Amino acid sequence: MIINHPLLGPRDSQEFTYLGDASLIERPDWQAADAVDQFYDYLYLRDNPAGLHRELWYHEQGDRSWLVVTRNTLTHDITSVELARDVAKAKGRST
Amino acid sequence: MRYSGFQVLKQALSGHKGWGRAWRDPEPQSQYDIVIVGGGGHGLATAYYLARSFAKARVAVIEKGWIGGGNVGRNTTIIRSNYLLDGNEPFYEYSMKLWEGLEQDFNFNAMVSQRGVLNLCHTDAQRDAFRRRANGMRLNGVDAELLDAEGVRKMAPFLNFDSARFPIKGGLLQPRGGTVRHDAVAWGYARGADSRGVDIIQNCEVVGFRIENGICLGVETTRGYIAAAKVGVAVAGSSGAVMAKAGMRLPIESHVLQAFVSEGLKPIIPGVITYGAGHFYVSQSDKGGLVFGGDIDGYNSYAQRGNLPVVEDVCEGGMSLMPMIGRAKLLRMWGGIMDMSMDGSPIIDKTDIGGLYFNGGWCYGGFKATPASGMCFAHLLATDTPHPTATAYRFDRFRKGLMIDEKGMGAQPNLH
Repeated sequence: MIINHPLLGPRDSQEFTYLGDASLIERPDWQAADAVDQFYDYLYLRDNPAGLHRELWYHEQGDRSWLVVTRNTLTHDITSVELARDVAKAKGRST
Repeated sequence: MRYSGFQVLKQALSGHKGWGRAWRDPEPQSQYDIVIVGGGGHGLATAYYLARSFAKARVAVIEKGWIGGGNVGRNTTIIRSNYLLDGNEPFYEYSMKLWEGLEQDFNFNAMVSQRGVLNLCHTDAQRDAFRRRANGMRLNGVDAELLDAEGVRKMAPFLNFDSARFPIKGGLLQPRGGTVRHDAVAWGYARGADSRGVDIIQNCEVVGFRIENGICLGVETTRGYIAAAKVGVAVAGSSGAVMAKAGMRLPIESHVLQAFVSEGLKPIIPGVITYGAGHFYVSQSDKGGLVFGGDIDGYNSYAQRGNLPVVEDVCEGGMSLMPMIGRAKLLRMWGGIMDMSMDGSPIIDKTDIGGLYFNGGWCYGGFKATPASGMCFAHLLATDTPHPTATAYRFDRFRKGLMIDEKGMGAQPNLH
């Protein structure tokens, strides 16, 4: 698979480490009243779709940026690659 | 028809015209007591034990494709019970005992071959870990032997013992481990279940569950609605996609695992050998092909095919362990979809939806578990209580912190 890095251009997926579903960006508030339930969902449960999947890849052997890759799990086709930083900021996160 | 040496002689003398089909091809009925979704090894074994041990007559197995076309026909055929943790070891040993009596039990030659499983160690720390695991196995009444380098050399003199980077220091041997002809497992269970009245319905995909007031009433399929008092789902890699139709999210990710077979070679590898310094395991089939594999590709996939970096990684592991295989040609390679759970251990449990039961999360170790998985799932479906060897395989273990994490990797499915 070739991942089209937003800053560096097309890179071999071997340079990356895979983490999982991009929802892992949205870490729950540990002070919320239902934090235990929220963390159970966050840590253990997955949508695991057969089709388009937004997922986190880390460019470990490159510029060490985290990317959100949208990839079809049935065909391995990659349709979009964003910097995870931009995705998080668009959701109102400061860092 | 009961298969036997006498039948082989009789059929040989009559031109092999009397064999008949091994199982029927029935139309789905409108209603069953128990419907099993998924005609793989685990689903067929569940149906078989429901009919044989719990005398449940109105059982159907519903399969999207053809039976034996999924992971039961794609794995590397290894059976073993060399686990460390208490939640796992009694279950896998129960499975091993069922393997040992399986062929007589279901009257089918599954070529169960207890040729031994040897895990190699390459450092002192790894040997210590193996010693601990061997003790854990023995405490559960399972055979385990710790070999030194000379002991390994007697069994497998062709290995790369004196590699400067990864010298072989010894190994953990389970003599009762081995291999089984995986297709025959699906066929044997299918034939055994069918002869006891189970309907095996192929080319019938579940497209939804009919759920009212929190109770599952049946399944919508491509061949119409089928009502069932209980529905058991055993669909391995498709667990996430199928259970999503019932509105459930699972502690599971689907990943692709590749496997490989070389051209046929003269007999050289005595049992199953696993490399301890990389991820590579190999055995030799009775036809002579080297059957081997390694790591999962490591990203979510439902594609049933992998990519080349892992092919290279697996072959590097093989070359490092036994350089002689560099001359062998690869004959076939393929992928299967693994239901990788958050702690590397499976789930056999009720769901929060009444009448809906789940069996999955087998990661890439489901084949060896086939008989016990079937028996324990049948026990749960028939009695509504977990089988004594499968009490730890619950959904709520993640919420309660009771994970069964053999590798100690945490909630990172692609590392288990």
